[in-house]
Amino acid sequence: MLELNFVTVAFFVFSLITLGGGWGVVTNKNLFRGTIWLMVSLFGVAGLFLTLSAPFLAAVQILVYIGAIAILFTFAVMLTRSLTNLRERYYRTWVNVLGAGALFLLLVLGVIAPVWIANPDRALPVSDQVVRTVDFGVALASGEGFVLPFEVASLLLTAAMIGAIVIARDADEA
Amino acid sequence: MDCVGLCDVLAQAGWDRGLAQFLSLFVGVILVSGLPLVTVIFLIWVERKVAARIQDRLGPNRVGPFGLLQTFADLIKLLIKEDITPAAADRLLYNAAPILSFASVVLIWAVVPFTPYHIGTDLEIGALYFVAVASLGTLAVMTAGWASNNKYALLGAFRVVALLVSYEIPLVFALIVPVLLAGSMSMMDIVHAQAGMWFVFMAPLAMVLFFVSSQAETGRAPFDLIEAESELVAGFNIEYSGMKFGMFFAAEFLHVFTNGILLAVLFFGGWQGPLANEPLIAFVWLGIKGSLLYFVSLWMRNTLPRLRIDQVMRFNWFFLVPLSIVQLLVIAGLVMILKEIGLVPLNAQGHIDLASASFLSMLPMTLVLFFANVLIALPVVQWLRENGRKLRERDEQRTRRAIAANAAGAVGD
Repeated sequence: MLELNFVTVAFFVFSLITLGGGWGVVTNKNLFRGTIWLMVSLFGVAGLFLTLSAPFLAAVQILVYIGAIAILFTFAVMLTRSLTNLRERYYRTWVNVLGAGALFLLLVLGVIAPVWIANPDRALPVSDQVVRTVDFGVALASGEGFVLPFEVASLLLTAAMIGAIVIARDADEA
Repeated sequence: MDCVGLCDVLAQAGWDRGLAQFLSLFVGVILVSGLPLVTVIFLIWVERKVAARIQDRLGPNRVGPFGLLQTFADLIKLLIKEDITPAAADRLLYNAAPILSFASVVLIWAVVPFTPYHIGTDLEIGALYFVAVASLGTLAVMTAGWASNNKYALLGAFRVVALLVSYEIPLVFALIVPVLLAGSMSMMDIVHAQAGMWFVFMAPLAMVLFFVSSQAETGRAPFDLIEAESELVAGFNIEYSGMKFGMFFAAEFLHVFTNGILLAVLFFGGWQGPLANEPLIAFVWLGIKGSLLYFVSLWMRNTLPRLRIDQVMRFNWFFLVPLSIVQLLVIAGLVMILKEIGLVPLNAQGHIDLASASFLSMLPMTLVLFFANVLIALPVVQWLRENGRKLRERDEQRTRRAIAANAAGAVGD
């Protein structure tokens, strides 16, 4: 069953960081602290990527989510009217509870169901091969791999960036 | 995991293998993180001495021989100073920010290859790890600025974040060049690939771009508008006192030296040099190269005036970013073409492989890449000169008009 080794311990530590950070985000009355907790949570996710031996994704997680997106969050938060001691609450608690419960159930089912209803005849053996970052890069850039979706995604991002610049520009700035 | 070095010695002496492994890793962690901590004490002395000499002063010379113990005196002063937390500050974040700031610099040292055999951890994604960890520094500054609850601190923090986020772009584009040439993001592989030829000869522009943008990342002159004393009092760390201020201070000094070391690793062959098989000599080579580059950075800091925020931003977005994209595209394209012609040393799988290549086999490729860089640099330098002249003329005209208007006003009165 559950083998208690280094990876297992790391998994539980990072899960705790991720969930604890999430708890901090939703319970904090101070918006700035909330964003900091969000970063803690994202950091935990980066750790989970590491336990899955995907160091590239872990580094990108920190670089993009903590280093860029969360920093933008702090900017956005500072533009809001009241930062600290939020008193306004969202009152429709029952809808929230039901929605969150349903989502969680779906998630648990999605993870557990394949274990129960698996067809042993069609199961693939667990691969010993460790996928390295190089393989990931080759898969993204080679013709047989995912080069088309990769390029489409970059085109979409470029379009979004140009759109942001156009919107942010003053009208008289031509 | 293999068991070598200290781990092997302990295992031979009859220790439990797991415990021996843990202990040797633990000692390694302490050494790698302790080295920068000790270095920074002397760096502060070096920096003050160099700054003094450039400005025709003597610098610290009272405490100890040549003032060597001055930093220790300062350290004791910082430690016993009253530790003030402003009443309106966010206590938790206020205290966490200096730690995060210093950690973001020390963490970089985990992937610095000191010798052919000694490296904190040879991550497969070393270069990316450096960028990711350095981005945590931005977060520390933002947290410090906000948690201090002071408008000067917050203004300073806004400036830093704008600066850091912008200058990260040319930094990463310059960093991709050594990664591309080495065919690996591991710092150790990057150094090994420079056995025949340093990358600075293949990509001098990338080296300059990395240097300039890393200088901006540390917030040093001419990019020191973060703590512009004359406008912002002290910038984001205005409310900090005692050792908490000391940690920001040490982080900044260490960051400059760390960038010198990284520049040496990425473009100047790291520990490569004659007799580099000997760990101690290899370590000395890295130290010499890093220190020389560090000196250039101090030199710049003490001779250039501060830029305004709009100048800094213009310089980045209209000059560094386009230039870094162009040089990356040119180098990547040329390497592809050279690969087809057969001028690039390849390994059995047909991937670029410079680690086992000799100086002569890398020479044609180096020459082509070098001349491509010069071809990009020539019009750029020309454009810079003309642009500079135009700006100067405009300023002079404005001054002349102001003087004339003043004189007219005086007569009319």
